[in-house]
This record gives sequence, structure tokens and C-alpha cells, in this order.
Amino acid sequence: MLHLILFLFFGVICAAGAINLLAQSHPINSALSLIVVMASLAGEYLLLGAEFVAAVQVIVYAGAIMVLFVFVIMLLNAGTEEHTRGSRVAILLGVPGVLIGAVLVAWTLLYRSDISSVKIGSMYGGPYLIAQLLFRHFLLPFEITSVLILVAIMGAVVLASRPDAVAKRHHAEAPKAMPELVGTGKEH
Amino acid sequence: MVPLSFYLVLSGILFVCGVLGFLIKRNIITIFMSIELMLNGVNLSFVAFAAQWHSLSGQIFVFFVMVVAAAEAAVGLAIIIAVYRTRETLNVDQVNLLKL
Amino acid sequence: MSIPAFLIVSIIKSAVVIGLLLLAVAYSVWLERKVAGHIQNRWGPTRVGPFGLLQPIADGAKNFFKEDLIQPHVYKPLFIAAPVIALTLAITSISVVPFGNSLYIPETHIGHWLTIPEIDTPLQITDLNIGLLIILGITSMGVYGIALAGWASNNKYSLLGGLRAGAQMISYEVSLGLSLIPVLIKSESFSLRAIVESQRHLHWNVFYVPLGTVAFFTYLISAYAETNRTPFDLPEAESELVAGYHTEYSSMKFAMFFMAEYANMVTVACLATLLFFGGWMGPVFGPRILQMVLPIIWFCLKVFFFMFLYVWVRWTLPRFRYDQLMAFSWKFLLPVAVANIVVTSLIEALRS
Repeated sequence: MLHLILFLFFGVICAAGAINLLAQSHPINSALSLIVVMASLAGEYLLLGAEFVAAVQVIVYAGAIMVLFVFVIMLLNAGTEEHTRGSRVAILLGVPGVLIGAVLVAWTLLYRSDISSVKIGSMYGGPYLIAQLLFRHFLLPFEITSVLILVAIMGAVVLASRPDAVAKRHHAEAPKAMPELVGTGKEH
Repeated sequence: MVPLSFYLVLSGILFVCGVLGFLIKRNIITIFMSIELMLNGVNLSFVAFAAQWHSLSGQIFVFFVMVVAAAEAAVGLAIIIAVYRTRETLNVDQVNLLKL
Repeated sequence: MSIPAFLIVSIIKSAVVIGLLLLAVAYSVWLERKVAGHIQNRWGPTRVGPFGLLQPIADGAKNFFKEDLIQPHVYKPLFIAAPVIALTLAITSISVVPFGNSLYIPETHIGHWLTIPEIDTPLQITDLNIGLLIILGITSMGVYGIALAGWASNNKYSLLGGLRAGAQMISYEVSLGLSLIPVLIKSESFSLRAIVESQRHLHWNVFYVPLGTVAFFTYLISAYAETNRTPFDLPEAESELVAGYHTEYSSMKFAMFFMAEYANMVTVACLATLLFFGGWMGPVFGPRILQMVLPIIWFCLKVFFFMFLYVWVRWTLPRFRYDQLMAFSWKFLLPVAVANIVVTSLIEALRS
């Protein structure tokens, strides 16, 4: 009973946040709704006993990735979005289509499958057990994802750096090689 | 005792909202956030099945999904910043120089 | 313990702990002004009550009665929500901090009609398996209060101040988390009570050279930057971007930001004592009631020392420029923390 009440509490907040993300026109409101979705998902993970995953969800997803999104929205000063002809067509065709698909999938899951139920408080997923699995069986994927993050950091730094900062570095190295070309660069 | 299908339906709702957002939104950052919503829905069904079959591999996979989502968000937002610098707009419909 | 007794005891514990935390926040303002005064060779507040002890009450009353301006150009929902987010998150992290051993009240009868059952609770609101991760998560979410305040003020200086403060906080969060890993390697648990229990008999984590001391100093520096205190307080300095992210705020909302900052300081001080200085461990003697109260006194003394250290550092050091601040985090603290983790794991692996 308590499990059902808590599940519905977090689940309703989750679904409301997801629908609010679609309904809002300013991206900052959508970002805040997504943060609410992620926090309530952390609550759902706790109900399923995955305490470490819930903590990591709050720290990594809601506390770092969404901060990145919020920073970019604030820096780029994204305004409210208008409805163009393409988006109206997409709403007209997309919403009913996807909703029909969703209802079909939900009906199949609820009435046609016999899966067991989950108990509250089983707390299967403490740091000790996860560490044993992560650093023994899944060691290779772990190391590969660390290389992936390194590549992503380098890519993000290169992509987001200003083009004239790169040109300034080349410009600073040029005068020693070809002094006569320095004048032509400064005229522009 | 909540049947597992409830968790799967919630995961489905999140995924569907993510797909809808990807299709109908015109701001590139909101489209990106819909992708993150889809990934979160998938994470929920991973954890639900990990709880049902008592196998922690589901939760380990959630870690990897989060790591990949973080890397993707970093690089994707850097690309968005680069596109904004040249095209001065965040509207997906207006980045159409290569269109016929 | 039965469920109603558990509920009532938990509610009483939460109320007492949060009340004491708010009192500590108010009196840390007093501590700061007195110590700042004495460092600068003047008296601090002396007029309101003996030694100025009633000054925080006067300040609170003043803030309560000030006019609460909400400018027309701000984005109202976030403007009102941002200080609430900051203060709520700052107060929540005290819920996993243990203050002492357990509290034992034997069964007492009052008159013929009231019986208080036997109560044996740990002196902590809740003892989670992942207590340290919860505090790290709350610290991560604390960035939103500041960034959203800067955005909602609809003011260039506030936005820049908020973004700078946010970028500083997320940079130092990395070295904060990494500097705590050697402590976890040594105590093999995320639960704060287990970490303190592993520091019995003066085996405090700070005395373990090299891993404990280096971890302590990296933690302290990262925590000073995380709570936006001097020498890292460029985003809220008065001589810089006007007043940073809280330029447009007045009276109660500004007081909420202020309280959130001091509550974060108290949390950092509590964590530093729990993880490095042995928490409530100290000489314990005497009858049962004294054995329950003495650990709390030791804990409060150590936390008071860390709050004093905060204020001492603030009024001694000049502040960093922003690029020096970020370079210090990414080019110095992060490699030091990672090297500390490598050395710690090598030593622990060779020892066992």
C-alpha cells in the first residue's frame, strides 16, 4: 500500500514534468521541468532498491548535466520559440500517432503480460555489490567509457573555443617566420 | 507490492514524451532535452528489470547510459554553441543552408 | 520501537536539529562580526546585549521589517523560488549528520496515565547507507539556487555573477568529491556513522600522512570555494560585479541567501569533523547521562573550531581573480586529488 502511494506520488510528478517540458515555450522552463523529472526518477530508483544509482542520478544527471544545459540556455539567451508551419504539421500528425502507439504499448504491458511485482525495501544495489560487479565483470567497458569522456572533453573544448582565439595563436607564431605578411593581416 | 508493469508504463510515458518533444519542438536545446528524457525513460526500465530479476547488471548499464549521455550532452552543446555563433539562431528550421 | 513511537521520536529529532541549525546559522553571523572586528583591531558588535549576543536577533527583526522589493522586470516565479531552493537544500544536508552516540531513555511513568516507552535512537535524523553521497548530491543541486537567481534578476551583472559563481561551484565540486575518496577507501563505507566509528582511539583520518592530511587540505580548500567564501568569493564581492547574483534581492529573500551560505558553512564544518577529525570521539567518562552528552560537546567544539577557521581565513587572505581561481581548481587541486587517490589505493592494496 505504501509502495503504491509512493510510486504514484513520484510517478505523477515525473509524468507532469515530462508533459510540462513539451508544453512550455521558453527553454529555461523546459530545463527546470526536466530537473524535476530527474529528481523524481531518483525517488523511483530508491523505491526499486537501487540506492547507489539514485544518488548517482542526482549527482551526475540533475546536478551536472542539467547545470550544463541551464548554463548554455542562459549564455545563449534563447528566447521563446515561435510556431512555424513545419512544427504545426508535426503537432497535428505527431501527437495523435505517438499517443496511439503509447496506448497500444501500455495496454499490452498491463493486460497481456504476466510479470511479477516488486517489493519495497529490498535495497538490492548497495555500493559494495555494484563495485564488485563494476570492477570485475565490467572492467573493460568502464575503462572504455573513461576514454570516451576524455575524447568528449577534448571535442567540447575544441568545438566551443572561439575561432579568433585559434587565429591569434597562429598569428603570434607567424611573425618570426615571415615578417612581411604581418602587415597584410593587420589591415583587415 | 507494485507490479513491474507500472514501472514500465511510466518508463513508456517518459519515452513517448521524449519522442514527441523531439518531433514537435523547434528550439535545438529543447530537442536535446527531449533526447535526455528518452534516455531517462530507458534508465527506469533498466533499473526495474534489474530489481525483478535480481541481477545488478541492469544498474551497471544505467551507469554507462549516464556516462554516454554526459559525453553526448557536452559535445552536443559545444556544437550548438558553434552553430549559434555562425547562424545567430537556435531555431532548427532556419539552419537550412544546404537545403535545395 | 513501535511505529508511532518511531514517528514521534523522528519528528522531535528533526525539529530539534533544524532549530539548532538555524540558531547556529544566526550565531555564526555574530561570530563572524566579532572575530572580524578583533582581527581588524576593533570591537565587533557590543551594544545589543552582553558582548553583542543579541545582535542576530536585532538583525533578523530588521530584515523581517524591511520592504520586500520585487522589481517589475524580473522573472517572478524564479525570482521568488531561487532563494527558497538555496535555503531548503542547505538545511536538508544536516539530516544525515550524526552528532553523537545513541540516546537512551529508560521507560518512565508519569502519573498513572502516561508511559513513555523505552527509547534508544542514534543521535542522527537518519543513518543512510549512502549518507556521504547524499551530501555530495545536495551540494551539486545547490548550484541551481545561485544560477537561477542570477538569471531571474534580468540584470547583466547579476547574470554574469550567477554564471561565474555556478561555474566556480561545479569546478570545485569535482575536486571536493575526489578528495573524499581516500577517506572512503580507508573506512570502506559511505555511511557517516561508520566513517566516524572507524576513527576510534585517536586514529583520526587527518593524522594519516600522506593520504589523510593531503585529503583534508584539498577538501578544505575545495569546500571554501564551494561555499563561495574568501579567498574564493569573487562572485559576491561588493567591489566586483556590484553584488553579484543577489544584487536585486532585499530583506527576507536576501536573508535567505545569507542563511543558505552560512548553513552550507556549517555543513562543511560538520563534514570536516566527521570525516577527518573523528566526529564525536573524545574522552568520555562519568555516569550514563554524561556519557550521552559529552560526545555532543566534543562534536560542537570541533565544529566551532572549523567555523572560527572559516572566519579567520576570510579576514586574513585577499581574494583570487577569477581566472586564477579556475586555473587553481583544474590545474592544481584536481591532479593533487587524483594523485592522492592513486597513492592511497596503492598503500591500502599493499597493506592488506
